[in-house]
Amino acid sequence: MDGVLLIDFGSTYTKLTAVDIDNKEIIATSKSITTVDQDIMIGFKKAYEEIQHKIYNKNINFIDKLACSSAAGGLKMVAIGLVPELTVEAAKRAALGAGARILGVYSYELTRGDIEDIALKSPDIILLSGGTDGGNKECILYNAQMISKYLKDSIVVIAGNKNATDEIEDIFNEQDIYYKVADNVMPRLNVINVEPAREAIRKVFMEKIIEAKGMSNAEKYINGILMPTPAAVLKAARLLADGTSKEDGIGDVLVLDIGGATTDVHSIGYGEPSTSGVTVRGLQEPYAKRTVEGDLGMRVSAMSLLEAVGEKTIKRYISETPFNIEERCRNLQSNVNSIPCTKDEIEFDEAMARAATYMAVKRHVGFIESVYTPMGAIYSQVGKDLMSCRYMIGTGGVLVHSKTPKDILKAGLFTNEEAQYLKPKNPEILIDKDYILSAMGLLSEKYPNEALSIMKKYIVNA
Amino acid sequence: MKKTMVLGVIGADCHAVGNKILDYVFTEAGYNVVNIGVLSSQEDFINAAVETNADVIVVSSLYGHGEMDCRGLREKCDEAGLKDILLYVGGNLVVGKQDWEPVKKRFLDMGFDRVYPSGSDPKDAIADLESDLNNALCAANF
Repeated sequence: MDGVLLIDFGSTYTKLTAVDIDNKEIIATSKSITTVDQDIMIGFKKAYEEIQHKIYNKNINFIDKLACSSAAGGLKMVAIGLVPELTVEAAKRAALGAGARILGVYSYELTRGDIEDIALKSPDIILLSGGTDGGNKECILYNAQMISKYLKDSIVVIAGNKNATDEIEDIFNEQDIYYKVADNVMPRLNVINVEPAREAIRKVFMEKIIEAKGMSNAEKYINGILMPTPAAVLKAARLLADGTSKEDGIGDVLVLDIGGATTDVHSIGYGEPSTSGVTVRGLQEPYAKRTVEGDLGMRVSAMSLLEAVGEKTIKRYISETPFNIEERCRNLQSNVNSIPCTKDEIEFDEAMARAATYMAVKRHVGFIESVYTPMGAIYSQVGKDLMSCRYMIGTGGVLVHSKTPKDILKAGLFTNEEAQYLKPKNPEILIDKDYILSAMGLLSEKYPNEALSIMKKYIVNA
Repeated sequence: MKKTMVLGVIGADCHAVGNKILDYVFTEAGYNVVNIGVLSSQEDFINAAVETNADVIVVSSLYGHGEMDCRGLREKCDEAGLKDILLYVGGNLVVGKQDWEPVKKRFLDMGFDRVYPSGSDPKDAIADLESDLNNALCAANF
């Protein structure tokens, strides 16, 4: 029987998923601590032995072994553009969709202070944009000069004004800077084009970053580390929503991934206004959009979560608790591996998860602004209208292990009290109970139809 | 090379029809029109001009509050590094039946290069653009 092995080198765990490609089934999963400090293969082999043990009587021949990774700090990036609301924002969205962690964004001409800041953050990739096609060239050229002068060891993806690209290539070639060119992230004003930059980032990730992080020895055993883990999740969400040439998808989805350090929200859909008479303002939204809330998390970011939502929001989600809320959050932040056991602890965790859901979805979706004019009030929309989004899918430890994940996810729904936020109104709530989204994103690289069928089978009603 | 123009309707003004007509006329006349549409703030105009390296900003205002909405645009352009960018404005710029000449002067004093009353023919603006942009080009060469 032919199988495919999917590997996720996570920041904490290396997770393996074995898939029966003929019957479109998950055969077994296993996990082990990620060992990137010594040799990433130690943890992998341990998990591999476990999975072999689970399937020893099934006679599986792995025809493909595909991996994604967020180990060794994930893919760290900075984004550079011209105007903060325009090319800087477009570059940021491109990098987020490529599965990156954004360490910083920079606008206009880089100062020496900016350069020092970037050097200190030592990103894996710099995304350099600025100017529409045929638009401003001076800024991106100046910034390319600054990079070539002060940040010679950088790896750069160029995705700015196409009329500046030749000159930038000359500048970088002179200093032997490794770079890749992609189409402009904002070719025309307020029109974004993030996919080519995302693909270029992924290629650089495969060609250079894996090696730089000391994970290239993994590639002897497997067919390649294809993308950062968050990119795999976004890819899976997109496949599930859109379907393939052979099978329909399920329509617009919103995926919520609550982790220890961050809460990720992915949405697939154009997000056009669902009510009439509303005009859309601002930069176009990516069809497949990912946002990362670095201050909303269950452990590492427990204190910043409390700060962001306020004690009263957590109290709203938990009627009675023996804990002092601030103390408990501080405690969880310093004990990042703590697993809730007692009823009180579990309830507290779930209240935090609801608060994170509430805030992360609120930040991800668009909102309506009313403008008062001599002709009366008129409405403009900034961001995506996800009110008619059909499915909301939960993934991540706290949701997967919860007995009532639906209650947590409901905190992200539309409310009349905050009617200006265009959150999903009445979606069907699903749960990724076997934790397969990233694995299916990987599988879809080669076997999209199989990945779609498996997701439809294993991602179920909460 | 085509000249780039940022076109839009300023303030809480949502008159979209004239905006579409101007977009059509200026595009036909050979300009690269970056139309930011209705309900545009001064910042929207400036950001668009910076990013697209525009040669001229054409502001429309149809609802009588143009004077309030346009004040400070030239100063903000200077601040944003858009030195000497051409600023045109036109439409129903003020409320009531005021004499045109003092209105025009107020807008010229605000730093606009050309001011058009309602009912102007876009062809006049195109003729002005050609001469202003040529002058700017000559000035740049010297």
